[in-house]
Amino acid sequence: MKITREDVLRVAELANLELTESELSTYGAQLASILSYCEKLNELDTKNVEPLAQILESGAAGADKDQAPDGGERQHLRNDAPRDAGIIREVVRRAPDGLDAEPAYFRVPKVIDR
Amino acid sequence: MAVEAGCYNFGLAMARATQEASSIPPEVLARYEPVIGLETHVQLKTATKIFCACSARFGDPPNRNTCPVCLGLPGALPVLNRRALELAVKAALALHCTVEERSRFARKNYFYPDLPKGYQISMYELPLATRGWLEIEHDGKTKRIGITRLHLEDDAAKGMHEGFPDSDRNTYIDFNRGGVPLIEIVSEPDIRSPEEAHAYLTALKQILLYTEVSDCNMEEGSLRCDANVSVRRHGEQNFGTKTEVKNLNSFRYLVHALEYEIERQVQTLESGGTIAQETRLWNVAAGRTEPMRSKEYAHDYRYFPEPDLLPVHATKAMLARVRAEMPELPAARRARFVRDYGITPYDAGVLTATRELADYFEQTVRAGAAAKTASNWIQTELLRRLNASGEEIAASRIRPEALAELIALVERGEVTAASGKAIFAKMFETGKPAGRIAAEDGHRQIQDAGEIERACREVIKKNPDQTAKYRAGNEGVFKFLVGQVMRATRGQANPQVVNEALRRLLAAK
Ligand SMILES: [Zn+2]
Repeated sequence: MKITREDVLRVAELANLELTESELSTYGAQLASILSYCEKLNELDTKNVEPLAQILESGAAGADKDQAPDGGERQHLRNDAPRDAGIIREVVRRAPDGLDAEPAYFRVPKVIDR
Repeated sequence: MAVEAGCYNFGLAMARATQEASSIPPEVLARYEPVIGLETHVQLKTATKIFCACSARFGDPPNRNTCPVCLGLPGALPVLNRRALELAVKAALALHCTVEERSRFARKNYFYPDLPKGYQISMYELPLATRGWLEIEHDGKTKRIGITRLHLEDDAAKGMHEGFPDSDRNTYIDFNRGGVPLIEIVSEPDIRSPEEAHAYLTALKQILLYTEVSDCNMEEGSLRCDANVSVRRHGEQNFGTKTEVKNLNSFRYLVHALEYEIERQVQTLESGGTIAQETRLWNVAAGRTEPMRSKEYAHDYRYFPEPDLLPVHATKAMLARVRAEMPELPAARRARFVRDYGITPYDAGVLTATRELADYFEQTVRAGAAAKTASNWIQTELLRRLNASGEEIAASRIRPEALAELIALVERGEVTAASGKAIFAKMFETGKPAGRIAAEDGHRQIQDAGEIERACREVIKKNPDQTAKYRAGNEGVFKFLVGQVMRATRGQANPQVVNEALRRLLAAK
């Protein structure tokens, strides 16, 4: 698969990365190789296969559309009951520029155009 | 309802006041038709966030309600909140949408300090619900506005750019709001004026409040609105180039910003320019829309299916459960009020403005008041005083049963209509029952025929001239004599009884 220099620059820009000339060519080659590897999948005939976005979903095909065997819903849902994780002080303490005080804030450089 | 209408008029007035001198003539403006679609973000009324068990409460100390999931820490896995899904389904059903059997979350990738994961979990090519509609009332006409889609997503955190000693250099982040559940409701471009947009948002908010999907508190950000706006010549079939206007976080700003943006586009086209497809921000202070700096919206979000979450199945069992808790919706309730209580569509509209008010009315009727009378008392006395004091109906000291008691006192003639209003005022302030106020303040109407007759005789004796005139056929004098009796009884005599007694006594001699 052909990856242009512009493709790499665009992906890098979207990922907030600044690449040197040598990195540009290294990553360009790596991306091309990865995509070529994935292209092998196109050799398979998938005409009658439903697209799948989540591997765990495959078990659900053909199952009772409404209920799992145990009578609950097939999907994994959480009840709306609050629980205090109680980790904020620790997280703030470890943050690059957290304010370990009350009120506890995360601090970032003023948001500006990049 | 009355309060919002007030804001709206204020908005129009402000829009007029801030129009620039270069404003285009109305006849030019009238050649164009605005085309508007609204995207509304609504916070769901859940106890916890959408993908973690942190509290979704507003106003807690900063960052109190955070955990590895909503802070985007590596390895944390989201689990969908059942209640959030149910409330989203409820909103979808109330808006006549088709709830898709299977929908899917997707990652919307962008970098911003209020988005710790580096992506928002939203829905993209498989939204929760599609193809609904909402009826608006405007200019005495009913119009249907299509709903394109309704989907679930998580909210971003709150960045504070001002108010700290180092605010010139730093931004402070509070992640309490990060991860609270939102639905985004996208309308079809069916809206044709700022007034219709206002009516759409009013109707939408009313349904979301009735269904208890959201508290729709705009100050707290529970209801936010963006608009897609374009203009075209009347009769033109194709849409013009649209702009997206953001930051329309009150009914007033919505109308004001749309009016501004429509005029701006017409003016641009009239002067030979073209509309740039761009995102614009409503600048509240300046009273105009301004283009966002290009980098802020030049995003390629690189959506892809969220690998940490399974597709969402809106099962039949869930739909049944949600349908079972669906209340009577505003339109149905309005129709029933007209049909069952014989009140006008206008009155029904006022009384069903909120679920609480409609409940109040029905409880008053159930407590024995005639529907029309209850409707009048509520619309005049109660709503007027609630508006003046800025109180919610739930906080009113006059409960429906108490209002029904007062209405009964007036209907039975035990107090006059004027006294009734005075008693109401006192009830509103003190919460005392009507009967007690009537007794304490001497409002009881004098029904005793003997007492009234004595007062009438007295008046006749004191006014020989007028009495003679009446007897000579001057009917006009009768009113004066009645007035004298009412004065003598401090307005508490039953007027009907006074009339009869006076006529009888005057005719007797
Ligand atoms: Zn959390």
